[in-house]
Amino acid sequence: MNNPPLYGMMAEFASPEALVAAAGRAHSEGYRRMDAYSPFPVEGLAEAIGFHKNRLPLIVLIGGILGCAGGFYLQYWASAIDYPLNIGGRPLNSWPSFIPVTFELTILLAALSAVLGLLALNGLPMPYHPVFNVERFELATRNRFFLCIEARDPKFDREATRRFMEGMNPQGVYDVEP
Amino acid sequence: MADEPKLQNETAAMEAPVIEPGHTFASVTDKISAIVLTRPTPRFWYVGFGVAFILVMLLFYAIAALLTIGVGLFGIMIPVAWGFDIVNFVWWIGIGHAGTLISAILLLMRQKWRQSINRFAEAMTLFAVACAGLFPLLHLGRPWYFYWLFPYPSTMGIQPQFRSPLVWDVFAVSTYFTVSLLFWYLGLIPDLATLRDRARKRFARFAYGMLAMGWRGSAVHWHRYEMAYLLLAGLATPLVVSVHTVVSFDFAVALVPGWHSTIFPPYFVAGAIYSGFAMVLTLAIPLRKVYGLEDFITLRHLKNMAEVLLATGLIVAYGYLMEGFMAWYSGNLYERAMMVNRMFGPYGYMFWALIAFNVLIPQALWVPRVRTNIPALFAIAICVNVGMWLERYVIVVVSLSRDFMPSAWGRYSATVWDYAVFVGSIGLFLALMFIFVRLLPMISIFEMRGLVQEEKQG
Repeated sequence: MNNPPLYGMMAEFASPEALVAAAGRAHSEGYRRMDAYSPFPVEGLAEAIGFHKNRLPLIVLIGGILGCAGGFYLQYWASAIDYPLNIGGRPLNSWPSFIPVTFELTILLAALSAVLGLLALNGLPMPYHPVFNVERFELATRNRFFLCIEARDPKFDREATRRFMEGMNPQGVYDVEP
Repeated sequence: MADEPKLQNETAAMEAPVIEPGHTFASVTDKISAIVLTRPTPRFWYVGFGVAFILVMLLFYAIAALLTIGVGLFGIMIPVAWGFDIVNFVWWIGIGHAGTLISAILLLMRQKWRQSINRFAEAMTLFAVACAGLFPLLHLGRPWYFYWLFPYPSTMGIQPQFRSPLVWDVFAVSTYFTVSLLFWYLGLIPDLATLRDRARKRFARFAYGMLAMGWRGSAVHWHRYEMAYLLLAGLATPLVVSVHTVVSFDFAVALVPGWHSTIFPPYFVAGAIYSGFAMVLTLAIPLRKVYGLEDFITLRHLKNMAEVLLATGLIVAYGYLMEGFMAWYSGNLYERAMMVNRMFGPYGYMFWALIAFNVLIPQALWVPRVRTNIPALFAIAICVNVGMWLERYVIVVVSLSRDFMPSAWGRYSATVWDYAVFVGSIGLFLALMFIFVRLLPMISIFEMRGLVQEEKQG
């Protein structure tokens, strides 16, 4: 073969419906290593390419629990252990007055873990990615919808995959340089 | 406005779409990104930013004077130790409530009309909270020791007093600022990617590209993104309620007549939403006109905001009524004296101005024609902004000036430095807003594309 290795093969579509249909067809054809790109969230697209498990809610829950426990402990430790102030014999662990800060820190850590968890799971920041090598791909943030089947998919074959993609009536099919 | 004569009645506004028909994914993208990337900056921007910048210089001058000389420059004294600073702090924090409310609560309620106003409302929140944060710090006396408010391993071996609402306030406001910033930035990421792909200048491509962090619109990324956005909205909703509740605790936990009241938390939260929506209207009306965004911010949005204004205004009015009722019904001498002083004392004119601006004038919104009359809406929004500032003045200054013993009474009057910092903070807010509309998309582009898709599906 005199062709250079590819990252994958990309097809361009004009509507979200066409992209969801194409992704579904590719999935039922047996392709697994692929991704779809759209300028706004399209309902059912992630499911169409076979993505089901979203671990983000669990990360946020853990963040929230840590914030809650850590926030309360911070105040308990500061007020009852590190710097106890005896004011008229009132209890040092005056938990009702610790609730507002505990609440705020719960929200803070849950929100931080939502954003950082999202970035980590999505692998961002990622300054370079092969899909940007396709010139038309800049329309993926405007009005065009792309499906990319990656070369590491076991079923990927340069000729067969191109033929399959062209059969789905796309606006164009492009090679993606790695 | 002259260009919308057909829509000047209620039925038309009811039917007015949240986005004018005929828009496509490409047209909304091009129209909103062009404001930042290609369209010449309007003269309005230069004039507005110029004025705001001068006010920022005034703010810096006043802060420099404050740091060299001290808080003696301000009008604060005993008994009124909380003057303009705390009034302005509560006023700005209140304004900062609408952004998160629009973004989070209306998202959870699936209100489609939020989508063209949420971005700049969030930016407004962020800048308002930044202005709010200035005031307690400047009021500290020695602002460079502000970090004493946080629990940190101090060589002095002391800790903050976690039983004090003032410490709760530090946590509430800093959490609110952080979460608002995260929410705003998260919403911006896909739009920054759009700007990266649309920009033709090298530096713009680089700057937007770095900020977009390599966003490429992958289906899997979008899936997680929507989940993260929903979770943040769910977290921000109780947060927004908690922030002004904690601010009201600063007053309600104290014993001063006029402060020591259980109605404060809900009444403060309603007031915050009231002033926040007034500020959104104050900003949205000129922005849509100058940038020709009437297609995206339609009469429907203005009408809906007017209705929120009316509803929250009534809650605030109920709060005023209950304060008066409880003062009478409690039979407490000091509470009654506070109310009489508030209405007929030396600052009585402020109370009646507040009633006029916050309670009487907004009742015009009951008339459907007023809700769709843009100049009238703008005027009412300005009145509410002023009225809410007066409300905080009445609560903070008037209550403190006459508490229990007549021998301890006093009269507060603000100095020129108080006004300089206040006007300067408005300048800072406007300057940040002007920079924002110049450099970032003021309407969420990807959500508008989603709206186009929804409208297409019917």
